[in-house]
Amino acid sequence: MIEVDQLSKSYGPREAIRNLSFQIKKGEVIGFLGPNGAGKTTTMNILACIMPASSGTARICGLDVFEQSLEIRKLIGYLPETPPLYSDMVISDYLAFAARIRNVPKTHTALAVDRVVEKCSLTEVRNRIVGRLSKGFQQRVGIAQALIHDPDILILDEPTIGLDPIQIIEIRKLIQELAASHTIILSSHILPEITQICKRVIILNDGEIAAVDSLEALTARLRKGDRLFLRVRQADVGTIDKLNALSRVVAVTQQEDEQFVIECEPHANIQDAVAKLALDQGWGIVELTPASVTLEDIFLKLTLEENEVNL
Amino acid sequence: MKNTWIVAKRDLGSFFSSPVFYVVTTVFLILYGFIFSNILSFFSLQSFQSQQFRGMAAGLNLNEMVIEPSFHNTAVILLLIIPLITMRSFAEERRAKTFPLLLSSPVHLREIILGKFLACMTVVGVMILLSAYSTGYLMLVGQPEAGPILTGYLGMLLMSGCYVSMGLFASSLTDNQIIAAVISFGLALFMWIIGWGAQAAGPGLGQVLEYLSLITHLEHFLKGLMDTSDLIYYFSFILFGLFLTYRVLESSRWR
Ligand SMILES: Nc1ncnc2c1ncn2[C@@H]1O[C@H](COP(=O)(O)OP(=O)(O)OP(=O)(O)O)[C@@H](O)[C@H]1O
Ligand SMILES: [Mg+2]
Repeated sequence: MIEVDQLSKSYGPREAIRNLSFQIKKGEVIGFLGPNGAGKTTTMNILACIMPASSGTARICGLDVFEQSLEIRKLIGYLPETPPLYSDMVISDYLAFAARIRNVPKTHTALAVDRVVEKCSLTEVRNRIVGRLSKGFQQRVGIAQALIHDPDILILDEPTIGLDPIQIIEIRKLIQELAASHTIILSSHILPEITQICKRVIILNDGEIAAVDSLEALTARLRKGDRLFLRVRQADVGTIDKLNALSRVVAVTQQEDEQFVIECEPHANIQDAVAKLALDQGWGIVELTPASVTLEDIFLKLTLEENEVNL
Repeated sequence: MKNTWIVAKRDLGSFFSSPVFYVVTTVFLILYGFIFSNILSFFSLQSFQSQQFRGMAAGLNLNEMVIEPSFHNTAVILLLIIPLITMRSFAEERRAKTFPLLLSSPVHLREIILGKFLACMTVVGVMILLSAYSTGYLMLVGQPEAGPILTGYLGMLLMSGCYVSMGLFASSLTDNQIIAAVISFGLALFMWIIGWGAQAAGPGLGQVLEYLSLITHLEHFLKGLMDTSDLIYYFSFILFGLFLTYRVLESSRWR
């Protein structure tokens, strides 16, 4: 559906993105993740035909974003980083304008407006002036304008920024609903959000792709094995050695006096062995859990200590 | 063309809902009214005197002595006022970051520019229409020639088109409305007075400068002449301004 090949963009001498290549399949929900200035907005602007790339190609539904941009724009709903709101307009007028400019026929406009107003819970504000809404509602109007022509592809640049926690949950729910029938690209710094919504993430760092993979694969790749977290009531000096001596254990680190992280080979399933050892030695197990790697770990690791990860 | 109209309609809506339009129109009408009434009373004084001294009313021409100078003055006021109408066109879209909505819609850039042009021209048209009470009044009380009035209004609209296209160009250069207004005012004034250089320059260049000047062509229209060369001048001026706007907006996407 979306094929990006060797995409680069420079602002004057400054390279914002370098040689990005990735593919997105129909119906996928993909998250762009990266620190400030990583190039997320730049990439999305290019995909939404706002500006051309300096080099490389991007194709959406087989159409080139540069050559056939008018065709592509019919397929895309775009929420820019700052919602493009005419602050002097009434919301329903604004949405009607967005519908008309996005080629919704005149006879369907009112229907389309009603649909997105309901979808984005804007019913009680639909007759108010855009500029007088709170930031959260403005953000929702921004999302509504991206949905107005019922596009196949949604590109949402930080859709939940500036919302309160309840609204964040609502918007996430909305995106999850939309995910059933749309291809969605969204960007965010909020990692749990990506974990919840997206099946696949593209981690950008300093204009380059640090990783493209599904969440599970990323986690697995980073783990290079499994980790167990062990807390006991009383440990002695020999505990580390005894744990190390267990078969399939790769390394043991002691975090505090009674806390250990045991790294073992993938799928080793050594919980039983560890528990047995602890019982035999009379350490007294307080906690024995698999230590999972969160997206935060991946994010930090890939962006900050990129060289440690062999890609 | 449908898209052009959609863009124009939105811009018109925001013109008519903003105080800028009403303030600008009011100021325009007051200035125009003041100038017109002065011209008119000067004319009636003259015709009164000529009646007394020479005993003849004929010879004083309403077209030449009232309508032509008031058109002239309108052209000057429009020069001052149109930059205030065009300044927001692109500058405000950029500042408020609403331009991506248009750019990510299936609309060609030239349709956006034409839409903005159409909106500004409509506003100017409304202002000129409101000021037409003066000629209407003259028609009622006197017998001016209709020809020069009609060509006069046409010339006025065409010249406004030139101001607007320069204004749009200026507005495409910046995201600051004030800067856009100042640039377009400067451009318009320069194109107005460029003919002044004609005497100083040699005969060849002088003729070119004379031809380039906005005012030279307006004179013909005010005299009731409709020359193809004047029409060509105005249309190419407008198109050139819009073309420059297109280039600026297109190239700003590349940066
Ligand atoms: N109009 C511009 N002119 C010059 N440089 C720009 C422009 N827009 C972006 N950049 C630069 O390009 C790089 C990528 O910016 P981009 O906005 O794509 O980052 P981002 O990932 O969206 O960041 P954020 O998380 O802060 O939104 C940054 O270094 C930025 O300084
Ligand atoms: Mg961004």
